[in-house]
Amino acid sequence: MPVLDITLKDNALIMIHSLFLINNAGDLFLEKHWKSVISRSVCDYFFEAREKAVEPDNVPPVIRTPHHYLINIYREKIFFVSVIQTEVPPLFVIEFLHRVAETFQDYFGECSESTIKDNVVIVYELLEEMLDNGFPLATESNILKELIRPPTILRSMVNTITGSSNVGETLPTGQLSTIPWRRAGVKYTNNEAYFDVVEEIDAILDKSGTTVFAEIQGVIDACVKLSGMPDLTLSFMNPRLLDDVSFHPCVRYKRWESERVISFVPPDGNFQLMSYHISAQNLVAIPVYVKQNISFFETGSSGRLDITVGPKQTMGKTVEGLVVTVHMPKVVLSANLNATQGTYNYDPVTKILVWDIGKLNPQKLPNLKGSLSLQSGAPKPEENPSLNIDLKIQQLAISGLKVNRLDMYGEKYKPFKGVKYVTKAGKFQVRT
Amino acid sequence: MQKLLQLPVNAVNIVKGVQGVTQGQEEALSPVLTPDSGPQNWYSAVQPEELRHLRSGGTEDRSALEEGLNSVQTQPLRHDDLKEMLDSNKDSLKLEAMKRIVAMIARGKNASDLFPAVVKNVACKNIEVKKLVYVYLVRYAEEQQDLALLSISTFQRGLKDPNQLIRASALRVLSSIRVTIIVPIMMLAIKEAASDMSPYVRKTAAHAIPKLHSLDPEQKDQLIEVIEKLLADKTTLVAGSVVMAFEEVCPDRIDLIHKNYRKLCNLLIDVEEWGQVVIINMLTRYARTQFLNPNINESLLEENSEKAFYASDDEEEEDKKAEPATLAKRKPYVMDPDHRLLLRNTKPLLQSRNAAVVMAVAQLYFHLAPKAEVGIIAKALVRLMRSHSEVQYVVLQNVATMSIKRRGMFEPYLKSFYIRSTDPTQIKVLKLEVLTNLANETNISTILREFQTYIKSMDKDFVAASIQAIGRCATNIGEVRDTCLNGLVQLLSNRDELVVAESVVVIKKLLQMQPEQHSDIIKHMAKLIDNIQVPMARASILWLIGEYCEHVPKIAPDVLRKMAKSFTNEEDIVKLQIINLAAKLYLTNSKQSKLLTQYVLNLAKYDQNYDIRDRARFIRQLIVPTDKSGALSKYAKKLFLALKPAPVLESPFKDRDHFQLGSLSHLLNAKAAGYQELPNWPESAPDPSVRNVEIPDWSKCSSRKDRKEKKVEKPFYSDSEGESGPTESADSESDSGSGSASASGSDESGSGSESEESGEETESDEEEEDEEEEKKKRKKLDKTKAKKQCIINFDQFDMNKITSVFSQTLAPSGSIKMYELLHRIKGEGLAVEYCFSRQPFSPEPNMVAVQIQFTNNTNSETKNLHIEDPRLQSGMRIREFAEIDVLAAGESVTVVMGIDFCDSTQAANFQLCTHTRKFFVSIQPPVGELMTPAFLTENDFKKEQGKLMGMNEILEKLTLGEKCVNEHVIVERVTATANLSRVPCGSDKECRFAGKTVSSGCLVLVTVTTKEGGGAQLTVNCEKMLIGTMLVKDILQALSQ
Repeated sequence: MPVLDITLKDNALIMIHSLFLINNAGDLFLEKHWKSVISRSVCDYFFEAREKAVEPDNVPPVIRTPHHYLINIYREKIFFVSVIQTEVPPLFVIEFLHRVAETFQDYFGECSESTIKDNVVIVYELLEEMLDNGFPLATESNILKELIRPPTILRSMVNTITGSSNVGETLPTGQLSTIPWRRAGVKYTNNEAYFDVVEEIDAILDKSGTTVFAEIQGVIDACVKLSGMPDLTLSFMNPRLLDDVSFHPCVRYKRWESERVISFVPPDGNFQLMSYHISAQNLVAIPVYVKQNISFFETGSSGRLDITVGPKQTMGKTVEGLVVTVHMPKVVLSANLNATQGTYNYDPVTKILVWDIGKLNPQKLPNLKGSLSLQSGAPKPEENPSLNIDLKIQQLAISGLKVNRLDMYGEKYKPFKGVKYVTKAGKFQVRT
Repeated sequence: MQKLLQLPVNAVNIVKGVQGVTQGQEEALSPVLTPDSGPQNWYSAVQPEELRHLRSGGTEDRSALEEGLNSVQTQPLRHDDLKEMLDSNKDSLKLEAMKRIVAMIARGKNASDLFPAVVKNVACKNIEVKKLVYVYLVRYAEEQQDLALLSISTFQRGLKDPNQLIRASALRVLSSIRVTIIVPIMMLAIKEAASDMSPYVRKTAAHAIPKLHSLDPEQKDQLIEVIEKLLADKTTLVAGSVVMAFEEVCPDRIDLIHKNYRKLCNLLIDVEEWGQVVIINMLTRYARTQFLNPNINESLLEENSEKAFYASDDEEEEDKKAEPATLAKRKPYVMDPDHRLLLRNTKPLLQSRNAAVVMAVAQLYFHLAPKAEVGIIAKALVRLMRSHSEVQYVVLQNVATMSIKRRGMFEPYLKSFYIRSTDPTQIKVLKLEVLTNLANETNISTILREFQTYIKSMDKDFVAASIQAIGRCATNIGEVRDTCLNGLVQLLSNRDELVVAESVVVIKKLLQMQPEQHSDIIKHMAKLIDNIQVPMARASILWLIGEYCEHVPKIAPDVLRKMAKSFTNEEDIVKLQIINLAAKLYLTNSKQSKLLTQYVLNLAKYDQNYDIRDRARFIRQLIVPTDKSGALSKYAKKLFLALKPAPVLESPFKDRDHFQLGSLSHLLNAKAAGYQELPNWPESAPDPSVRNVEIPDWSKCSSRKDRKEKKVEKPFYSDSEGESGPTESADSESDSGSGSASASGSDESGSGSESEESGEETESDEEEEDEEEEKKKRKKLDKTKAKKQCIINFDQFDMNKITSVFSQTLAPSGSIKMYELLHRIKGEGLAVEYCFSRQPFSPEPNMVAVQIQFTNNTNSETKNLHIEDPRLQSGMRIREFAEIDVLAAGESVTVVMGIDFCDSTQAANFQLCTHTRKFFVSIQPPVGELMTPAFLTENDFKKEQGKLMGMNEILEKLTLGEKCVNEHVIVERVTATANLSRVPCGSDKECRFAGKTVSSGCLVLVTVTTKEGGGAQLTVNCEKMLIGTMLVKDILQALSQ
């Protein structure tokens, strides 16, 4: 028996050493190490920070411990805590962790504790492929799906009968090509390409309804199911609107620079083609106005609330899914209100008032009115709570962006093409 | 078997039906999560026999397991059921067992006792089982080193598998097993994989390098060789990984980058995202060592606040004094075309969807770009703020640092930093920091209005930060100081005590700047002392009153009186200030406060806190005149009531930019382990010619396959990237961005709009041209050769060399390939070529003879040609040629040197020196040149071949190329590839060759057996496996053309 010389070098440079998944209750339910095992006790530092932060949002993304650095993200009620030992760009790790979460979502439909636990073996196989020695190896979902097939009920049935496995035996074609995002040999009977132009309005309105700040954040989500190697070109009627863009790696940047068209060989399936930004400098149309009056009385431990929502610049479309959320001051015990449309709900624990209006009827404006009761004896709240608005407008891109045409080169068949527009409220806040 | 036959103990389970049983068992059997497909699917599919087997295994252990579960694994689990499943010959059972084991590992449960059972399955045919075994192995190999060694041979076999995925994963696992004893095997595997045909395997090799380095740092030198080799790789797949390895193993060997710099810049856009980040960060450091500061002249003219960005403060001071002089003295700055290349090729990546890439480019521009161009990054960074809150957090930290030095850059985006009530506190505070940094005379009123809304927030930490921010704005911008002060004073009547306290602290700082005008505020604050309970605020008020007691002569003693009463109940920080107040009053108004002061000092004398006791003692000595009191007490008044400089309210992000932005160290504002310091710009630029790329020699296109691949895989993206010709690029913009950022952007798009094809073509044309030139030159040389050989100056050469030179002339010139050692452009007119003459090097028989030909293309003499400073692998030796005194213009000369390569294809690096210059060159032998022919008979050959079986034999099937029609061609091809001699053979289907390695004399036996239809088999027997494998590769290539 040879005497083995065990020398462990902990000073080795490595990007991501270990990963721990922790749920909101503080249970550590999965751990993965890409090098020597790091005791899970390192997470105690995280728990300490978690406790201090009160809200999960407030946990610092980078936590320093005597020997390690913990870089974490919070997503879908799960903390992804990675252990780092040496210098590494923090965004590198953060971006990677988000990519991991997105991959889980892609594979299992949602990224939650239960799906991860149910699919723990696939999760492990994925983590093994995504990171080698702490450095990302394969993060492109099309490549991963060839290496490890996503679970479907049908496949797990077939596998158990035939004994075949979920693991690919050959190197995914994408790995070696210069377009790693696309699988080779894609075949569909119905060739189709759909594009969703989704715009979100980020705005801050002040008490009087004036816009303090507004901008539009847009994304174009694509669902492309085309056979072979199609080369697509998407052009806009008014590309100059777009202030700042970021693209999926498949988009040829120089074509955009010179011709303002989006030319790309698409990945197979769903992906986000681009995101864009239309800044505050351009006038942003605000689809609704809010008249509100929230006041607290000096005496009597009570207050009044009166909110009316009305259409402003809707471009002739209907505003749907209208929801008003109010984070009330801590002293508000309960609300006794009356809504002319929709339902309201006040949660006395989280102090959140949610008024779900639904469709906005321009003839009869929805109104919420009534009294608030406060904790007796407590001083009247300093600040009036701000309102967060949520809404949706179908068939409209509020910026006025319009897709002109989609051309396909490289393949002979005629694909079915479709474009959909949606406008939503992003971080839309009304100060009171 | 016994167990197999047993009937289930619990009969109820059977009645319940399969599902019920299995689910129940699932819980009891193993303390792990259910596998993905759900138990019922799997169980219903297994054969009844297996089911029984399972159940019996399970039921037996059940009670024990349940106990184990309940007592949270106080006793180790035995996992007999799993072991049995692993031992079965059904893949589905094995798979199930492995899935459960992996699930245990995932939950952090100990599964190490299963090691022997698991490791047996490492060679399992089922690829999923195999993968899971790999997962297990990597996790536990460190703990069970002896057993882990059992698996090594499987991986070694896997390394030779025709499937590239298997080769790669074998290498991945092999290199991930952290067992020191296998270091040599890993080393060999990495070296081999580094020259694999598949770029994916090469990428894996690059990944393996840091693993091996961390396991055994002594391998560093050899690993650097591999890194050097992989850096020359032209595939985008490898680039990111090898730079990662470079950063981990030898980040200081910047010299390895020179040659690859332009290639990396051009490939960058096609590299995968993660590789881009690593490459950009490395190139940032590289550029800081190789190029000049683009802002070198501008920095002198900059306004005060934005000055001294790159230079240190001291320098700046000096600069300022000598401003006119230096300005005149300094040469106009011209940007190195390579510097421009980097900036241009990274710019499109600002549009990446990956935040880390955007940040990497942003920091590159911040650290390297001319001031006028840095602005373009602002937009991209502002875009990132829409991303996840973690991304926002990191980006804001960096923006905060940048906004101090480059305020103008973010000013147009001011409103993007406005705060929402729903932002997490840490984001709010950072946004506030940025807003404060961006405040100036023009926008201050907007910002202050915005701040006012923040003060009303429910988030008290945030309110406190807002008040501080107002204070900072007030100190920085004189115009609004009074407005701010008034606003803050209003806050003093706020109901929230925290708000008041914070305001007091900030007001105190502001008042210090101009106390005379504000005695009413001081009075107002003095009144507050009755109500405010926050210690910091109380202390601040007391300090203010003490400091300016002359402005409030009536109130001050009264405050002291109140404080003396409550002294014992105060916090320490307040007590110290009470003592201070007492001392100051004693000095200015001793009549009224003498007794009070004595009283306070007495109280302090017996305080529990030693600081307070010390302070009391010290002050008493100082202010109360006694007989013994020293010289100091005379100056007591000066000591206490000296004019104190007003505090400077500074951003905590000031000067953080000495850390490379985007780094962990920057975020923490402390050096993290492994942080590479960003070097200062050099005073004068190092030689830019080091980046000149050689015309591709054999080592780069050695495997023709690679080359083909390269042609096929046109860079997808780099197309429209203006191919920047490395040497010629006379960049129009290089005169350090005097135009605005946007203008220069459009310029670029204009100039860079060549199509991909043309870019590619120009490059290849260039190559061809060069090759043609080479040919022409060689023709010319051939003509003159005969002449020259006669002219050889006998004084300069000893007999050995002459003979070898002569014998060389006898050798068939066609079969010998010339390699370039120094291109005439790089060598400034001196061209050097070499070939392996295949003659024995007579002075030292175990050296390879290398014939070197110098041609002087300049029109002046080159003198003193000789070799200096060889850098060789251990064991390697060089026998230099004698110095050439003079090489006249247009002349050529040939010499022979000997190199002992130790039977490896490692390059011999040395410097070639002339009387004026030194050139770094290296000679890397193809494996076929490391041998000399050996003459064997057929019988000897068979005998020797018999000795070299097993590991020493490498078999490879191949299809002969179209031109390999007959034996003759095969012999020609093989002997051209390797210096071997033919061995006579009876069969005409077989060709045999034999040789010995030059250095150690190991036999190398090659057999080519042809088959019908163009098929053939190649056998190489050699004790040196590495030589064998490399030779196989080369011969294969030669034959399959």
